[in-house]
Amino acid sequence: MKFVENVKPDVTTDIVYMMCPMHLLKLEEQIKELEPGQILEIMTDYDGALEDIPSWCEKTGNEFLGMEDSGDFFKFYIKKRTR
Amino acid sequence: MKKHYFDHVATNPLHPDVLDAMMPYLKEEFGNPMSMYEYGIKAKNAIELAREKVAALVNSKPAEIIFTASGAEANNFALRGIALARQNEGKHLLVSRMEHHSVLNSARFLEKSGFTVTYLPVDRNGVVDPDIVKKAITKETTVISVTHASSEVGTIEPIREIAKVAKERNITVHTDAVATTGNIPVDVKELGVDLLSMSAHQFYGPKGASALYVKQGTRIVPLIYGGIQESGRRAGTENVPAIVGMGKAAELASADMEKRIEYLRPLRDRIIDTISGVPNVYLTGHRENRLPAHASFCVEFIEGEAMLLLLAGKGIFAASGSACSSKALKASPVLLSMGISSSLAQGSIVFSLGTGNSPEDADYLLNEFPAVIKRLREISPYAQGWGDREGGGEECTVKE
Repeated sequence: MKFVENVKPDVTTDIVYMMCPMHLLKLEEQIKELEPGQILEIMTDYDGALEDIPSWCEKTGNEFLGMEDSGDFFKFYIKKRTR
Repeated sequence: MKKHYFDHVATNPLHPDVLDAMMPYLKEEFGNPMSMYEYGIKAKNAIELAREKVAALVNSKPAEIIFTASGAEANNFALRGIALARQNEGKHLLVSRMEHHSVLNSARFLEKSGFTVTYLPVDRNGVVDPDIVKKAITKETTVISVTHASSEVGTIEPIREIAKVAKERNITVHTDAVATTGNIPVDVKELGVDLLSMSAHQFYGPKGASALYVKQGTRIVPLIYGGIQESGRRAGTENVPAIVGMGKAAELASADMEKRIEYLRPLRDRIIDTISGVPNVYLTGHRENRLPAHASFCVEFIEGEAMLLLLAGKGIFAASGSACSSKALKASPVLLSMGISSSLAQGSIVFSLGTGNSPEDADYLLNEFPAVIKRLREISPYAQGWGDREGGGEECTVKE
């Protein structure tokens, strides 16, 4: 797992306590809203996201920048693909 | 015998337009909103339209409305959901003594799970004093829950003032607005609350559809786990017909509220003024600041259950104590918390009106009820006073 610090996101989505698979549905929904190159931050407490979000990025061609563990929940950073 | 229904805090009859709106979803439009084909899409669209209508009724955004199956579920969800979501910040809750059992028992569950709960006292009218709320707040307090209005005594609580106090200390505010939503103006922004419970069958909608308003950005731990219904916050296949009905009922309530209040308030006032004139009968709750269709009393020397029985024999249907605990044979904790003695609290009776009640219904009630009181007092062994039964004011004391 890639860990990052002080990433400045363009958009933040808080889905802490929302059930699986909201992490993937929200991710897809939010990425659509972004401009290419913009960064999305997803806050979730769901452990499964540790595997799912990097895999989703690989599958869809968006860049997984890394994650931060803030104790109570995780923050994932995804950069929207440019083309 | 003609039936005279005066128990609208227990439930309301379904509005005919609500039933019409629901019918297609009980018949041909049976789809699961999660399905990606035509049946599902129609059901999903119907739910989202209902969400818009419910949101409009309380002045929220549609995305802030989470449908539940009952008001009790909404209250459980709110209390547990916020207490658990914020437990790392603190484990203290404030809950008023006027609350419905679904709030009180959720608080008790949390107490058993390591939280501390302060039960806020009320004055003799059942009003929670915002200054007392202020004093009860600790560094650990994360949630406060005070009902918007008690269905038992009708008093409307100063939620806006309480929310203001709570917001200064970053406390999440929940109000149980099951008795008020659809019956008096309820505006989540004006009230300043973070969560608000409401229930369709309290405003001529169906049973089985209720909702919790959750202010955008509020984290809440789900009560029911499963699929992604309600944005992953409340799993379970939606009760589509009931939710559609709730939407229609909300739309009608938004349009007709003023007219309904103008019709019901004078009827209520006539009942209060006349019944209060019977010797040793006392109005419970605030005289002015109360639900517009709610008249509640304590009748001395006789029991609520006996009154209900005799009234039912005359085709009059009312409630004693809190609407859903009239079978529990306990002195009402709400009345006790208002300083009413346990013996007097036994004589509790609530008449709650609805748009189906005519002025003639009220005439009939006002003619029959004093006669019922007189008859029961004639045969009551306590007509000369309660003797040594007086003074057992412990909460929830089981009747001897």
